[in-house]
Amino acid sequence: MPLLERRFTIKANDFVKAGEVSIEVQGILKKIGFDPTLVRRVSICAYEAEMNVVMHGGDGEMMLHVEPEEIDLVCSDQGGGIEDIELALLPGYSTARPEHQEMGFGAGMGLPNIKKNASSLDVYSRKGEGTRLIMKFEVGDEH
Amino acid sequence: MKVEEIIQRFGLVPVAGKGGLDREVQGGYCGDLLSDVMANAGDGALWLTIQSHKNIVGVSVLREVAAVVLVNGREPDEDTKAKADEEGIPILTTGMSAFETAGLLYKAGVGRTQE
Repeated sequence: MPLLERRFTIKANDFVKAGEVSIEVQGILKKIGFDPTLVRRVSICAYEAEMNVVMHGGDGEMMLHVEPEEIDLVCSDQGGGIEDIELALLPGYSTARPEHQEMGFGAGMGLPNIKKNASSLDVYSRKGEGTRLIMKFEVGDEH
Repeated sequence: MKVEEIIQRFGLVPVAGKGGLDREVQGGYCGDLLSDVMANAGDGALWLTIQSHKNIVGVSVLREVAAVVLVNGREPDEDTKAKADEEGIPILTTGMSAFETAGLLYKAGVGRTQE
């Protein structure tokens, strides 16, 4: 039995609401009382995943699944998908539009930041078929 | 040092998020790329940037920075101010560049590890 399960929707191109889902996830984890470093790691990953959906993903959703020993985030979208996942995981590689880059997004650090902060990251995507990120965080792992 | 004291010592202008002026500043970071700030700013950092749109507040909340300093005379958008007030993230402005501001802060001991 999970401690808690929540589903949030993310809207494409909504830069006004962007980040709200991650802030909500952060609030929930803080309230449960997880270690602040763990909460920060999850928050960073949630934000990067959320912004990817806002910028590239079409509409999408974030699932938060909390157990005493593990926190999972699953972020899925109906966007254009990733053509080359290995390339997308390289720091500095970005397909963001210039107007997003002007706002300070699209530095090509989203997926690398997630990889660095999650205990594990799985990326499922095909060109034209959307993207699904599964991010797992083991409570108490050294990171 | 608290945000309040930084404002007084360096003549920064608080324009939003005044509910957070007692936040403790533990260091500093300069950056205009949000993912870079997410990855590299420390807890309680004073974040110097030219970005003035609403998303800087979200990054600040998630990264738990102490306050945002908009440099080069930039002013926050109206919705940035509203969000900063709601979240209690102070936004300060200055006409100085990021380089000058960081230099003054660093000289005063902000973000310097004990030698």
